[in-house]
Amino acid sequence: MTAPLLETRALTRNFGALLATREVDFRLDAGARHALIGPNGAGKTTLVNLLAGVISPTRGQVLLKGRDITGVGQAERVKLGIARTFQINRLFRGLSVLENVYIAVAERMGVAPSMFRPAGRRTDVVNESMHLLDTLRLTADAGRRVSELPYGRQRLVELAIALALSPEVLLLDEPAAGVPSAESHIILDAIDRLPPEIAVLIIDHDMDLVFRFAQRITVMVSGAVFASGTPREIGADPEVRAVYLGQTARG
Amino acid sequence: MSEYRGGAQARTALARRHRVRAWEPLPWIVALGFFFAFPKHLGFGTEVLVTILFALSLDLVLGYAGIVTLGHAAFFGVGAYTVGMLAKHGLWNEPLTSLALAGIVGAAVGLGSGLVLLRTRGLTLLMLTLCTMALLEEAGNLAHTWTGGFDGLDSLPIAPLLGRFEFSPLYPTTQYLYVLVVLFLCFVFVRTLVYSPFGQSLTGIRENILRMPAVGAPVPRRLAVCYTLSAGIAGIAGGIWAQANAYVNLGTLGLDRAATVLIMLALGGRGRLYGAFVGAIAYMVLSHFLSKIYPTAWQLGLGLLLVVIALFAHNGILGLGETVWRRLRVSRPLNMGAPQHRTPNPPL
Repeated sequence: MTAPLLETRALTRNFGALLATREVDFRLDAGARHALIGPNGAGKTTLVNLLAGVISPTRGQVLLKGRDITGVGQAERVKLGIARTFQINRLFRGLSVLENVYIAVAERMGVAPSMFRPAGRRTDVVNESMHLLDTLRLTADAGRRVSELPYGRQRLVELAIALALSPEVLLLDEPAAGVPSAESHIILDAIDRLPPEIAVLIIDHDMDLVFRFAQRITVMVSGAVFASGTPREIGADPEVRAVYLGQTARG
Repeated sequence: MSEYRGGAQARTALARRHRVRAWEPLPWIVALGFFFAFPKHLGFGTEVLVTILFALSLDLVLGYAGIVTLGHAAFFGVGAYTVGMLAKHGLWNEPLTSLALAGIVGAAVGLGSGLVLLRTRGLTLLMLTLCTMALLEEAGNLAHTWTGGFDGLDSLPIAPLLGRFEFSPLYPTTQYLYVLVVLFLCFVFVRTLVYSPFGQSLTGIRENILRMPAVGAPVPRRLAVCYTLSAGIAGIAGGIWAQANAYVNLGTLGLDRAATVLIMLALGGRGRLYGAFVGAIAYMVLSHFLSKIYPTAWQLGLGLLLVVIALFAHNGILGLGETVWRRLRVSRPLNMGAPQHRTPNPPL
């Protein structure tokens, strides 16, 4: 058994009296395709926020490659290789698609503090950004302002910004949320084509997507891990079916 | 195919946006032309140029980084008092070095206050910038042995520029050209900055401050750097104002000045560099003539103009111009290419 890439130990977070995350022991292996499912309010997004360093836990630890990163902030965790997308788009809406990706690539390459050379002259950053847009088939939209794009393509930019950070761990919080079904294949295709070396944790309610994508599924209920296993095990688990799949599955 | 064209266009647009456009020498030609055409109005011209410089410093924080501040006059005033106190108390009155000091002191106050203030956002930030300025104003009032208190310091003995050119209050030719050169240098600096990767990350902060940490950007540090640079330029504006007028008073760091410069930038259009020029000139020329025509109620005219801008053109005069220009270009049948879009600003 290899050491996990990202791991939590007894991770707990409460908001006042609400236990959003309780004693979660979770592990994400290198190159994993891992899905996190559970009813609304189960604490999935809170767990992603804890992993990404947006909020700090009340108790417990987060470890990256065995190193305790519980006290490491969000921006620094990105530098360590943890990137995420947001359930609701957080884009630079007034800027072009290329600029959106440029900002992320420039941060990763350490170019962003540079003050005297024009951004457009940093061909290394521009080329890398264009290459990434090409792999996501966003090249034609590179010059368009993000706010002008259809929502499905905006979701793709959301993904592009995260991928621009060359993460080892990618946390996808409902990547297809809000995308009309006619466009959702764009997102699903992009997710299928993610580089295999990236460990991906995906939250989604779409059971077709989850069971197609995931090699491993963790089910959360009321802030705690309810079950964890292969898609086959989870699909066959009568208790999981009772609390979740049978009631709210859309697939 | 269209895919390649879209990508190539975007790449070209990014690679070219920092280039000097054909019309960009125009403001400087106009400013030089003013010097020869209106030798009797150089006092007013100098005041306008200083105000443009101050508005430009605000554009960096407000227009690019999206920091809404009502206390930017704090740095203007600190710069002005640096020059004023050094000269009045016989410590130092060489113009260029004391101007540099005004910038450094302004930047230092910006850094010190910024490290505290910039942890907050929105209304809290707005109020804290206002409070900082009010505290400085009151400090200036209390330390009257140094600052002259409410009366300020007048008849500042500023040494001739470069040891040769006197600052004459009646014929401010030296002041005008001096301010013009300093404005030009500061403008080149700000322009370089906003088109750099640093400037791009500032626009990222403006467009979505919550996303920036998620791309690994140290937002507080970057805002502090931006705020410090902007405060330094505001300090230079204040310092040069004190040199040009040979006096300094508490009005340099009051709410009146801070609010006026904000209005000017909104009027001209923020996040556009030249909004500072257009806004400052429009505001000052309008108030100049309106106050002549309606000495009692001239501010009513300005107020009405602001209401119109706020309702119909919240990207200011330049934003309005861009919209009209774009419509004209798009409606031309031969020009079928995708129009180039400017960044819109969210309403204040």
